[in-house]
Amino acid sequence: MAQITLIEAVTQALAYEMAHDPSVVVLGEDVGVNGGVFRATQGLQEKFGELRVLDTPLDETTIAGVTVGLAVQGMKPVAEAQFEGFIYPMMEQIACHAARMRNRTRGRLTVPAVWRAPWGGGIRAPEHHSEANEHLFTNIPGLRVVMPSSPARAYGLLLAAIRDPDPVMFFEPKRIYRQYKEEVPDDGEALPLDVCFVLRDGADVTIVTWGAQVKEALEAADALAAEGISAEVIDVATLTPLDFDTIAESVQKTGRCVIVHEAPKTAGFGAEIAARVAEECLYDLLAPVERVTGFDTHIPLFRLEMKYLPSVERVVDAAKRTLAAS
Amino acid sequence: MTIAAKFEIEYLQYLDAEGKQVRDDLPEFAKDLGHMVELYKLMLSTRVFDAKSIALQRTGKLGTYASCLGHEAAHVGIGSAMRPEDVYAPSYREYGAQLYRGVQPREVYMYWGGDERGNDYQKEPARHDFAWSVPIATQCLHAAGSALAFKIRGEKRVAVCTIGDGGSSKGDFYGAINIAGAQNLPLVAVIVNNQWAISVPRKIQSGAPTLAQKGIAAGLFSIQVDGNDIIAVRKAMEDALERARSGQGGSVLELVTYRLGDHTTADDARRYRGEQEVKDGWAKEPMKRLRNWLVAKKVWDDAKEEAWKAECDEWMDNEVNAYLETRTQPVSAMFDYTFAEVPADLAKQRDYVLSLENKAH
Repeated sequence: MAQITLIEAVTQALAYEMAHDPSVVVLGEDVGVNGGVFRATQGLQEKFGELRVLDTPLDETTIAGVTVGLAVQGMKPVAEAQFEGFIYPMMEQIACHAARMRNRTRGRLTVPAVWRAPWGGGIRAPEHHSEANEHLFTNIPGLRVVMPSSPARAYGLLLAAIRDPDPVMFFEPKRIYRQYKEEVPDDGEALPLDVCFVLRDGADVTIVTWGAQVKEALEAADALAAEGISAEVIDVATLTPLDFDTIAESVQKTGRCVIVHEAPKTAGFGAEIAARVAEECLYDLLAPVERVTGFDTHIPLFRLEMKYLPSVERVVDAAKRTLAAS
Repeated sequence: MTIAAKFEIEYLQYLDAEGKQVRDDLPEFAKDLGHMVELYKLMLSTRVFDAKSIALQRTGKLGTYASCLGHEAAHVGIGSAMRPEDVYAPSYREYGAQLYRGVQPREVYMYWGGDERGNDYQKEPARHDFAWSVPIATQCLHAAGSALAFKIRGEKRVAVCTIGDGGSSKGDFYGAINIAGAQNLPLVAVIVNNQWAISVPRKIQSGAPTLAQKGIAAGLFSIQVDGNDIIAVRKAMEDALERARSGQGGSVLELVTYRLGDHTTADDARRYRGEQEVKDGWAKEPMKRLRNWLVAKKVWDDAKEEAWKAECDEWMDNEVNAYLETRTQPVSAMFDYTFAEVPADLAKQRDYVLSLENKAH
């Protein structure tokens, strides 16, 4: 069985579902002949034709609105926003229509669509190509927000997202698109869309994260282990609807919580998790909750971007602070 | 001089403001006077419905309501030309088209009366149409996406969207006609130009002499139509639908009409437009010309008018009663349609609200 990267797992999931469900179509800018700027749709147009892998006019609003129309007619569109920094014109269609269509028509019309977007910084990209803005979507009712952090989870979660009867934002951490390979059987097995993944068991501190920061979190856990500190690492790959129970169970066990994300700190999704920890686990806490995040600034251009993104060192320091507190 | 491209915009009209035929080549449907009477009757019932809606709002039984007064020919012309299997994506005042497609007045009242069930159209073909779209012009892209679905599946269906003159300023409108041109989609985009976008007049929306010509930029067939002349509207719609259905591409229709009422019941048009202009608007309104034409053909008269109005009144009273008798949804309805199944995390919020309800009772 072949070893594949995260981006290849995206392609594999798209190809599997298109081969098994004729209602699945892919649309976006450069998704056709070019196979997407990151090659996520490589080879799909050759296999499935120009109509099912459609190069659209260069207009994000058009892509988003046409996706709503396709989905209401019973298609399962997978739209690509070329970069998360270009997703803003799509937000009206996503918030005002896709996410509320089922609700406002009492279930008469639905939008089983997926919006994929390469997400986050750390690849020395030009301006507007490195944003982390998942928190702008986690506050929209009726919308699922998903972010895989491994090839296997990219494959299983994308299949689940396409099969889900409601709209899903599928953010792909582009910094780890090709970070490593793993075996991902092309068996069409989807993963659940409503559970967090506990990637490492630990007893002393819970590190809660998602997307590309899973890499830093796991490395931090290694570093902490070398010092005799046992860290549990949770990947909140399905941000909304949130499976808080898994996080609560872990924090109740460790008594310490470090939340790591790339987006700006204030009103980032970490704020929601911290609030929930305060609501449901306050008396289990042995130390204040720590957040290791991007800053409340625009992500700098790439000479400085690694100073902005949470580092292993910052995560380790935060974990140690929670241990020093009690 | 070398000309790279040339275009012109045809203006289509059969009946002038007094109901005199300005051309002899009547389309087939207009030779069927029984059918023309049916169209007139639906225009009249739309007007009765509209008056009833405003009365309901004035007496506190309806929230804000967007009137369709003066748009009867445009809207009935659109609805009557479409086939049941086609799909309609309206904005929020095209009741004449929607009544034709099976939307019930009680559903309109329900929506403007603050109840989502008004969007759950019960009767086909409206049941597969889009619900009202409040964010301007966004529905044009839903129609374009629907048209793309029809093309992918090889279905002989057409998607129709309507927007106003103001809506034609939005990128969503251009995006929809642009992809329709690029992909040869069966889309008919109708601009119902009623001269006013709340308080902003048509001339502030665009420097283009016609709004129809925006379709030229997208490579679509484009025409301007007297939107108060139902024969012209219906003919232009039939031609556009036929072209789309047979794979000859999409169209942009500009229906020139006039918004005789306020933008909505929350608006007061006297703040921004003069009495004379509204008077001129009434002189060109769509009912009178068709009535004159039908009376001249001896298929309509005052007695028939009164009898039909009375029937409409009774119909609307029934609909109003059905609306007023509807019980408010249970509070759990806030949660039930957010996702296909209520997620566990959301169910906790629902259970909390339900516990408050139980405490109150």
